This record gives sequence, C-alpha cells and structure tokens, in this order.
Amino acid sequence: MDWQALTLTLKLATVTTAILLAVAIPLAALLVLGRSRWLAAVEAVAALPLVLPPTVLGFFLLVLLGPRTAFGRGISSLLGHPLAFSFSGLVVGSVIYSLPFAVQPLVAGFASVDPGLVDAARLLGAGPVRLVTSLLIPLARRSFLAAAVLSFLHTVGEFGVVLMIGGDIPGATRTLSIVLYNQVENFDYGAANRTAAILLGLSVVALAAIYLSGRPHGGRRA
Amino acid sequence: MLEFALNAGRGSFHLQIECRLASEWTVVFGPSGAGKSSLLRLLAGLDLTGYGGVERARIALDGHALTDSAAGLRLPPGWRKTAMVAQQPALFPHLSVMANVAYGINDLDRATRLTRTEEMLALVGATDLVVRRAQHLSGGEAQRVALARALAPKPRLLLLDEPFSALDGAASDGLLERLQQWLRANRVQTVLATHDVTDALAIGAEVLLLREGRLVAQGPATEVLSSERERLTRRLNPVQSFLPE
Repeated sequence: MDWQALTLTLKLATVTTAILLAVAIPLAALLVLGRSRWLAAVEAVAALPLVLPPTVLGFFLLVLLGPRTAFGRGISSLLGHPLAFSFSGLVVGSVIYSLPFAVQPLVAGFASVDPGLVDAARLLGAGPVRLVTSLLIPLARRSFLAAAVLSFLHTVGEFGVVLMIGGDIPGATRTLSIVLYNQVENFDYGAANRTAAILLGLSVVALAAIYLSGRPHGGRRA
Repeated sequence: MLEFALNAGRGSFHLQIECRLASEWTVVFGPSGAGKSSLLRLLAGLDLTGYGGVERARIALDGHALTDSAAGLRLPPGWRKTAMVAQQPALFPHLSVMANVAYGINDLDRATRLTRTEEMLALVGATDLVVRRAQHLSGGEAQRVALARALAPKPRLLLLDEPFSALDGAASDGLLERLQQWLRANRVQTVLATHDVTDALAIGAEVLLLREGRLVAQGPATEVLSSERERLTRRLNPVQSFLPE
C-alpha cells in the first residue's frame, strides 16, 4: 500500500474541497439571485469541465501555467517555482476540473428555496451576504453536503488532469489514481486490486453519507 | 403620501396606473388577475425597473423618490421603509418565531430588539408562540407572526396582499382594531390588496378599483364598491334578486 500517495490524495481532495466551497457558494448564489443575462455565460463556463475531456483541460492548464505564457512566467516568478508539476499546480487543476461538481448541487439547492422567503428577507433589509448565510445555506444544507462530498470524491478519482499537470512525482504529485495506473502497467494486479478497493470504499462511504442524511426515518414512503 | 406612476408589462399583462394616495388606509380592490399583487410588488421594489418588462416607473413616499426609472433610481427593497405581508406568510422555517420577528431589526441592540419583538407579538395576539418553530405553526398563526415581523422595523409603508384570508377570528379578537390603532400611532400608511368586497367595506378606507391592470375608479369604499356590493347581495340571495321590488 502506497501510504504516501494515499495521504497526498486525501490532502489534495481536502484542500480542493475547501477552496471549491469558498468559491462555489458565492458563485452559486450569484447564479441563482442575479438577474443579468451574462450570468448564462458564467454558468456555461462553470459547467465546461463536465464535458471537456480531462486530458484537454490538463493540456490547456499545462500550457497556461508553463513558461510559454506571460501568466505562467508571472506565477513562476511570484512563487519561485513553476506551478506545473507541483502540488499547488495540482490544486489549481483540481479546483477548475471539479468546479461544476461543487457549483451545480449548490445552484440546485439554492434555487429550490422558496422565492417568497428570499423576497421577505430582502424586504427586511438582508443584503446578499446575509441572504446566503442566514437563508440559502441553512435551507439548502443537503446540497452543501452533496457539493462537498462530490468535490472531494471527484478530486480523489481524477486522473487525466493530474497526469497532465502533475506528472508522477512521489510525495508531490503522485496520487492514488496514478499509483493504480502504474500498478496495472506493471501487471501487479494484487496491488492494483487493493488500491482500487480503497478508491471504491471511499466513494461508497461518502455517497452513503449523502443519501443517509436526506433519508427520512422509516424510509421515503413512510 | 404615496405617489406612483407605473407603466409596466410582463407577457400579455400590462399595468398602467397613475395615482396619489393620502389616506391612512387604501384598499386596492379587483378580481383575480387585475394587477393587485403586481402593483404591490412594484411598490415594494421586488420587481425591478428595466427588468421583467417594466417600461416606466416613478414611486415616491412622503416626497422621497423610491423608484424613478427616468433617473435610473431604484432603492433596494430593504431601503424603502416598506413592509409587505403576502397571502403566503413566508416565515423562515428554520428559525423560531422570535428569530423571525427579530430578523429585520438586527441593527438594534439586544434589549431593544427583545422588547420590540415582544411588543409586536402582543399586538398580533401571538405572545404564546414565541418559542415555537415557524414550520410548526398553523396558517393563521403564521400569518400573525408574518405581520409582527413586517411591523417590527416600524416601516413607513405597509403593503398587505390579501393577508387576512388565513386569519381566523381576526375581527373577533380585535386584531384589526389594534392594528389600525398601532399604524395610526406610528404614522404608517397602509395599502391592502383584496378581491373580497367584505374586507374592503369593513375597513372603510379609500378604494382603488383595478380591472385588467387599469385604475377604473378611486374614492370612498361605499361609493366605489356599491355595484360590487349589489352584485354580492344578489349572489348571496339569488331568489330575492328575481322578485319584483
């Protein structure tokens, strides 16, 4: 068992999920409460990673963060090292790649809040921040949990983006999915089975937590 | 004094009203679809100028402009000193009755907030509900709490969109009388939208009669609603209406 890769994977997923929630909550609130027609374009961009092949996204990010672009050179001089092939680069790639998995459950949850409640809060003087913190998040807390779990799991299981941006550097960018790929390539099916079982177990436990949280006592037909 | 000139359309519906309201109570009367709720939402600032088909809107309260589409002015709903209670009470279900009523006065200190909340709940006859969760209230109880919540920030304009439909015994426990006294004492101008002629006549206020988004009459309730009263009487006594006088 590659404990270093497991630790790195969990660290990457935790950091990515925390950043994603910080970004996705205001973005989802803007998409639900905002009235500008331009928000349709923002929503489309936020959903793009759903349909874009991970290797394509990884390639674009690799070029953007590398020394060929001014942006990449700027980041490199700011941090003292290039973002590509580093843990920070992996975080940037993961945040972009998993963005729709955080935004879409939150948009669905916020949109399901009765508009009459939003109107009442606005009439009572609630600004956007108070609307989100006192009304949308408490009333859509299942969506909040779903966004966190889906972001975490999607990051744990990502492969294409990780390989393109991070490569395979032990302790820095080698995640469990890269380890699994290496084990299969080396015909080490016993180790590959154990790695795959960990990834599968993480997914099942986390998804079960989401469904259990929303299931009424006595079942849905009670 | 509430003044407004609205020229607003959404889909096939068009609201075109110009009006000046000086009396303490005004009843906006009309059948379903006449534009009563649309009028109240525009006055509250919930439907925006330049969005949803609003072409022109000018609303002023006591001489202060709340909305002026020509000048690009639209005060947000919470800045207009305007409260609104709709037919659906829209209480925040995850909060207690106390927290609901105090929601709009969080800028006051804790002691004042508590006193004001208790005062408002006593006014609407809901003191015994203070520790209950909003989601566990009956329709009538929720409507009383919604009224207390709307009044707590002491607005200058109160908009009531058929709020008494769920209030069982509002008249019998003196709620209407207490409410009218409190509104008068706090100089709150009130606009009540209803399609119920008995509500309109009971309050005895100035009446705006709306039909298909247009103002067709304005004046004392007994005058404006006389034909509606006759129609209601005929409906309640169908046999009598066919008998010779």
